[in-house]
Amino acid sequence: MRDRDDEWTGLMRSAIAGDAAAYGRLLEAVTPVLRVAARRGLARAGQPVDQSEDIVQDILLAVHLKRHTWDAEAPFAPWLFAIARNKLIDALRRRGRRVFVNIDDFSDVIAGPPAEETVPASEVTSHLSGLPPRQRDVLQSIAVDSESIKDTAKKLAMSEGAVRVALHRGLASLAARLRKE
Amino acid sequence: METERLIRTLALDAGHRQRPVGAVLAVALLLAMPVSVALFMSILGMRPDVRTAMHNPFFDLKFVVTMALAITAIVVSLHLARPEASLRGWGWLLLIPVALIALGIGAEMMMPHQRPWLTRLIGNNARACVSAIPLFSLPLLAGALWALRRGAPARPALAGAIAGLLSAGLGATLYASHCTDDSPLFVATWYPLATAMVVAVGAIAGRKLLRY
Repeated sequence: MRDRDDEWTGLMRSAIAGDAAAYGRLLEAVTPVLRVAARRGLARAGQPVDQSEDIVQDILLAVHLKRHTWDAEAPFAPWLFAIARNKLIDALRRRGRRVFVNIDDFSDVIAGPPAEETVPASEVTSHLSGLPPRQRDVLQSIAVDSESIKDTAKKLAMSEGAVRVALHRGLASLAARLRKE
Repeated sequence: METERLIRTLALDAGHRQRPVGAVLAVALLLAMPVSVALFMSILGMRPDVRTAMHNPFFDLKFVVTMALAITAIVVSLHLARPEASLRGWGWLLLIPVALIALGIGAEMMMPHQRPWLTRLIGNNARACVSAIPLFSLPLLAGALWALRRGAPARPALAGAIAGLLSAGLGATLYASHCTDDSPLFVATWYPLATAMVVAVGAIAGRKLLRY
């Protein structure tokens, strides 16, 4: 666990320093852990675990949009699990359950493989259509069609800078919509 | 959307730098302060004898207490903006202004007085105090909440309450320069009442606005 936490902290430091590849690797590394924790939380609340991917994506979005609140001198895992716990409680509450989520639910989780039965998450996608047109088009192109920023800019006749701005705003609006739900 | 794609998308947005919450809070308070000062100057203004009042240590103590409240509440606010933070180990900071006013009360008790303590406590401006401090605090509270939305507090209502505390501290600093009641007994009675109103508004607003 200690090695894992140190690795995460190191990756996050690199990410904050501008290493986008380290950031991607970090998000990939934490996702299986978050997935197991989300499943466990749902199972304990008597909810179908196939919704876990929605919660995982919600957590990832929050991690991304709130990463400036992480103190680079502090370990990454407690920060991550605090966000995860918050989002899990939120998700369970939205499903009409009041559940106490213990921090141990996260700290002792070992990464599991993505299970076959996982239904592709639909919450994020379903909110795409409600976004302002520019944000929606940019997110559709980058997140759904897997286009690069460059190609997206060409396709939508926008500057790359404008695509980047729309991308960030789109992610922030998505998170806001998920929260309001 | 598959999680893999979401991760790839987030990594593409990694270059976007968010300003630290502290910097945004500083800007927000600097923008809201002139609004509160304008309200203060147009409605109340400083007391006419402010120059002589400055030689009265109990007049000066009011500013020490209200500024101490504002500063400690700002520090605690910024701490609580982090998702893993709690009041533990930090809450005692908020006792600093309480201790300061308690010292003031003690000091005043030891001085010879013509006016009985109850007269000093009730003062002449109680109503102005409890209505003006919340009024001057509201623009600052709005600014503080707007800034703290960038944070990720585990307990949004608590974070909002502390935002109320910091704006009440600043609002009370303005009001203190108008008020002619300098007795620490007055300050310890009416200022907290006014502050509690702002804290309540902050908590209710924070519950909604500071969720992330």
